[in-house]
Amino acid sequence: MDNFQQLFQYILTGLSNGAIYALIGFGFAIIYNSTGIINFAQGEFVMLGGMLTIFFLSVFQMPLVPAILLAIVVSTGVGILFERLAIRPLKDAQPFSLIIITIGASIFLRGAAMLIWGKDTHALPAFSSNDPLYIAGATILPQHLWILGVTVLIIIASRIFFNYSVVGKAMRACSYNPRAAGLVGINVKSMVLLSFALSSAIGSLAGIIIAPLTMTSYDVGAMLGLKGFCAVIIGGMSSGMGTVFGGLLLGLLESLGAGYISASYKDAIAFIILLLILFIRPEGLFGSKETERF
Amino acid sequence: MVTVKKRQLLVFFVFAAAVLLAPFFLKGNYLLNVLVFVGINTMLAIGLNLLLGYAGQISLGHAAFFGMGAYISGIITSRFPVEPFLIIFLAALCVGVIAFIIGFPILKLKGHYLAMATLGFGIIMYIIFNETVDWTGGPSGLSGIPNLRVGSLVFDNDWNNYYLVWVFTLAVMLLSINLSRSRIGRALRAIHDSEVAARVMGVNARILKVQIFTVSAVISAVAGSLYAHVMTFIAPASFGFNFSVELLTMIVIGGLGSVYGSFLGAAILTMLPELLRVFQDLDIVIYGLMLILMTMYMPGGLIGGMEAAVRFALKKIGKGENNNAQA
Amino acid sequence: MLRLENITQVFGGLTALEDVSFSVKEGSITGVIGPNGAGKTTLFNIVTGLYTQTKGEVFLGGENISFLNTEELAKLGLVRTFQNVELFRQMTVLENVMIGLHTKSASGIFSCAFKLPGQIREEKYILQKSREWLTYTGITDLADITAGNLPFGKGRLLEISRALAAEPKIILMDEPAAGLNSRETAELASLIRKIKESGVTVVLVEHDMDLVMDICESIVVLNLGKKLAEGTPRQIQENPAVISAYLGEG
Ligand SMILES: Nc1ncnc2c1ncn2[C@@H]1O[C@H](COP(=O)(O)OP(=O)(O)OP(=O)(O)O)[C@@H](O)[C@H]1O
Ligand SMILES: [Mg+2]
Repeated sequence: MDNFQQLFQYILTGLSNGAIYALIGFGFAIIYNSTGIINFAQGEFVMLGGMLTIFFLSVFQMPLVPAILLAIVVSTGVGILFERLAIRPLKDAQPFSLIIITIGASIFLRGAAMLIWGKDTHALPAFSSNDPLYIAGATILPQHLWILGVTVLIIIASRIFFNYSVVGKAMRACSYNPRAAGLVGINVKSMVLLSFALSSAIGSLAGIIIAPLTMTSYDVGAMLGLKGFCAVIIGGMSSGMGTVFGGLLLGLLESLGAGYISASYKDAIAFIILLLILFIRPEGLFGSKETERF
Repeated sequence: MVTVKKRQLLVFFVFAAAVLLAPFFLKGNYLLNVLVFVGINTMLAIGLNLLLGYAGQISLGHAAFFGMGAYISGIITSRFPVEPFLIIFLAALCVGVIAFIIGFPILKLKGHYLAMATLGFGIIMYIIFNETVDWTGGPSGLSGIPNLRVGSLVFDNDWNNYYLVWVFTLAVMLLSINLSRSRIGRALRAIHDSEVAARVMGVNARILKVQIFTVSAVISAVAGSLYAHVMTFIAPASFGFNFSVELLTMIVIGGLGSVYGSFLGAAILTMLPELLRVFQDLDIVIYGLMLILMTMYMPGGLIGGMEAAVRFALKKIGKGENNNAQA
Repeated sequence: MLRLENITQVFGGLTALEDVSFSVKEGSITGVIGPNGAGKTTLFNIVTGLYTQTKGEVFLGGENISFLNTEELAKLGLVRTFQNVELFRQMTVLENVMIGLHTKSASGIFSCAFKLPGQIREEKYILQKSREWLTYTGITDLADITAGNLPFGKGRLLEISRALAAEPKIILMDEPAAGLNSRETAELASLIRKIKESGVTVVLVEHDMDLVMDICESIVVLNLGKKLAEGTPRQIQENPAVISAYLGEG
């Protein structure tokens, strides 16, 4: 019975981490699908979400909810600035210029956060109580429920947005064929801007809901961002629900691997999976293959 | 054409002479120590530049090859009474074989996917450096690595190490310059510009990319071995993602696809933090800004900028002469 | 020389080519024409090994080359040009042509890095030959210009020079006249004839009907992925199915 409880515990932890990876992965996919760019700075918005919330809480003594909202707004603003200043001015950039620029942005944001907030780790207070709940012998914190709940909400909201709203449909059109989308009167540039805004908002939200559990510091973004990227690669860039599944699968494998194989190699698991998927099925488990055109 | 070739050779000899004479002007100077690391970083930057600047294939995991070279040399020579120079070759060979094997699946990937795969490889190796504590000493590092020696000459001071490192570095520079001006160098640049056209012209892009990836890894491994023997102490922190990004910054600042640009970038990034203490906390902010600004406004790097400036100046002078002749 | 048997290519749900067979006579100029989206470029991509066809086989001089890759085909003397002009844009015109001689030289990384004597000799040969090819196509004066800065028409000419430098047996050209003015097109026509005279087989995809009818000895017509007709220019011009496929579209 003990074994079973432990397994259950691993699964719960895995799912809540996986939900975070899925949210971060969502951010990657939104930008990739509208611009073909992998934004290496994605993880820094996750960091910004958590750090800004703590900043507003402690320095401005704000209540939690306004602090969270303000943190999301500011992170989104940073995302918009980034697009305007460093992405939009480039025309017909080669992929590796974009890689270098987003990496540059990533370490710039990380360095700036370190200068502003120092190297300490901080914890955000839990959204509701800190008392664990007991389910089938496994403990679960209310914050886990927050994470799962927020993730489900975001997924539902974004499905509705991309499938039913005019703007969401326009963004999808841009991802299929930007030129054609431009011809039918969609403003491709503002769609790109919107994708950066949306993805930094979602990224920062992910950073906020996980901060009470894992603590946060100026450098949490790199690893979380990469895990989020693993999630999209597992699911396939082109598949929305695939990303969610990829994130959950990654979270589960990581948590089980850490529990049963080796805790010290926990982070390696994500990257071994990443490499295996890239080598064997680069279009992801749920993506569809495309032939390059010449 | 002949004169161009002669000029290139001349430039190299002037550079090499300057490098070899420099220590006489820097006796007892702290700068000599810094220049040892400029040499090591120049090798690393050239290695990465062959891959990224010439062949157009990005790697965000090159610090791993550097680390593998350092650890193979460090672990073996600190435990067994073996000839360290031999181990440098052994390390280069091992890393080369590994790079060749993983090169095939990795270099099938392009652009962002390639970047992520190399990054993933780098992180896995970094975790291994940290976790195989019995071998590497883990996060607290590996000490007791012997200095290199030839007969009774022990490379244990800045003067000796400077010549040790720079002989290797100059060799790597010369070989890379030769390579870049050969059919292989052209083929690499062709792959960079249009892989499909290169293949149609008979360039075996798949193999060539793996080969240059391997060469680049081997250069990094040799730099790693030298680093281990010069430092006599190594720790994983020197071989992580941040260092891979630093290498990238070196070649972006110095000049993609330029051997001298690699040197310039390595020199700047190695010396700045040593000379300006304020730089130490600001470093990644500055690297980040430089990566963005250089890519946006000076894609040829400082070397490219300097060449353009010289051309511009020559043109101006030429015009001036013409005007004079007319007058 | 070149024979295609029952070539079929399916992309996801779209059948870009269906059961296309024809052959190209050695030393001839053969035209492949058809409306936009007919599958002409796809056909070239299959022949040059860039795509693996869903079904069917390709033979070059009797040898089955269906599953050889692009580089090996170049060695066998099969090269092509691209509809969207694929130049090595950051290299000079001369260097572009030098890449054409890649299959005519063999030095590896090692001998290049150490400048072994064989490599130096080879390099001289490559340089000299490349200059000859520039003279052949008449762009010697552009030798040191960066390819990315060439005017469009010269770019097409460079692409052909580069392909010729490989001394191919057969060259596939994808819309070489697209974007050229009438004088450039006339020059192109005489260049293609000159290439043919030198014994190289030419396969030409082209929308410029005057050019095709003028220089091709035989013509294959594709429409919606199927072979519609095959014959001499005269036969094609009189073929009612071809006329309706073209005129039907306007
Ligand atoms: N890589 C690919 N993936 C999916 N569909 C493709 C691909 N390449 C071509 N197609 C489709 O196959 C069909 C034929 O395309 P192809 O480029 O061969 O036409 P074409 O005859 O060369 O036309 P054009 O005269 O416009 O150049 C088109 O419908 C095109 O959309
Ligand atoms: Mg076409």
